[in-house]
Amino acid sequence: MNILAREFQHRHAAHCESGVASNMFTHYGTPISEAMAFGLSSALSFAYLPFIKLTGFPLIAYRMPPKFILKGLSKALQTRMHFETFRDAQQGMRRLDVLLAQGKVVGLQTSVFWLPYFPQDMRFHFNAHNLLVYGRQGDDYLISDPVADMPQRCPSADLQRARFAKGALAPKGLLYYPQDIGHAGVTAQSVRKAIIKTTRIMLGPIPIVGVRGVRMLARKVAKLKQDDDYSLNYIGHIVRMQEEIGTGGAGFRFLYAAFLQEATEVTGLTPLAVLAERLNEIGDAWREFALKAVRMIKGRDAVDYRMLSHMLLALTERETAFFRDLKHEVS
Amino acid sequence: MDVHAIPQEGNRTLGQHRKAIYAKDASGRMVIVPSRGSEMEEIVTLQAVARMDHFAQAARRLAANGLTSPLEYWMWEKRMDVALLSQVTGIWQWRIRRHFRPAVFARLSPRLLWRYAEALGLNLNELTTLP
Repeated sequence: MNILAREFQHRHAAHCESGVASNMFTHYGTPISEAMAFGLSSALSFAYLPFIKLTGFPLIAYRMPPKFILKGLSKALQTRMHFETFRDAQQGMRRLDVLLAQGKVVGLQTSVFWLPYFPQDMRFHFNAHNLLVYGRQGDDYLISDPVADMPQRCPSADLQRARFAKGALAPKGLLYYPQDIGHAGVTAQSVRKAIIKTTRIMLGPIPIVGVRGVRMLARKVAKLKQDDDYSLNYIGHIVRMQEEIGTGGAGFRFLYAAFLQEATEVTGLTPLAVLAERLNEIGDAWREFALKAVRMIKGRDAVDYRMLSHMLLALTERETAFFRDLKHEVS
Repeated sequence: MDVHAIPQEGNRTLGQHRKAIYAKDASGRMVIVPSRGSEMEEIVTLQAVARMDHFAQAARRLAANGLTSPLEYWMWEKRMDVALLSQVTGIWQWRIRRHFRPAVFARLSPRLLWRYAEALGLNLNELTTLP
């Protein structure tokens, strides 16, 4: 079977879901950048979830849960996104073929571990990875994985495994495509609303979410035991969640800064450009934190968990002030 | 971050891939730039990989001496832990730990073995032996 969606363009992105959303909406006739997709769906966040363990370490999320971007963006652009999950794997694969035969570009949620084009060292059991399928050639599906710079291919047996992986956030074969796409476009009103929502999330009252979540993590880091293998792996895990898995902490700040620049143009609120620059600097500070932690892991610097904790607390202060100012500008 | 500050020193865990990072260009605009990756990312990824490999090799030695079952080796080899294997197979954690005992593992029904094999992406022969 050979099918190829016409005129589909793969574009490289910093984050899988915002990349998929941006490439998908652009393909279906509403051009939108990744940064705008990320900002307009209020995807920036922070959550420290000690009760969800990933190989013994707490889940630290720097963005809202899976599907949040797709749903948020659909709402802002008045589009109905159609989601389907499947009990039976073969049925899920047949449905994908039917949609491809109709010339559709289809979004999928998959596990990272079973995708053969991922480098071996990057393959961990993470079930909320998003990608687009834009065609099929023989047994290979043609895949636009936004975090890869080039289009990829994946044999059907592997793709089936990746789509029907079990465990936390199991995709259950989830596929999606937009039904009657709205041509609402991006308005000043929707951008302001999205920014206000983000400030609410970041400044919210729940102790494990937003800037308070960062503070909670900082306290946890201060209490790590010195000279303990688990502790070193713990800070390595924080950095990995931040820099590697979906470009986390610093990466998302840079992405949101790019959104704020676009937002300046859409809303005409010039102070947003200044705030974008400030967020860029906060992103740099997240990166410094990661670099410091890695120097400790490598034994180049003395291990000092209190110092790392202080760096996180300083970030909390800066981000609290930042999101307050941001809220003030748009409301 | 400025465009020229984007790490390009290379991260071998990325293989042939490059990752996209947003950074500020000369005119102050945030633009997307492909990065060959940074040493920092390579270190933390390899740290996590090494931790799993360490558990896998320890289990392999134990299994070779008949002190644990091949199941434990394969679990770590496929980068899972007991909690995750339990989620994936639907088998309780205490049962999985019990199946690490070679004598118990040797008596498992084909049906249970098949459930483990399916979850780990192995065939029955691979699951019951060490590579």
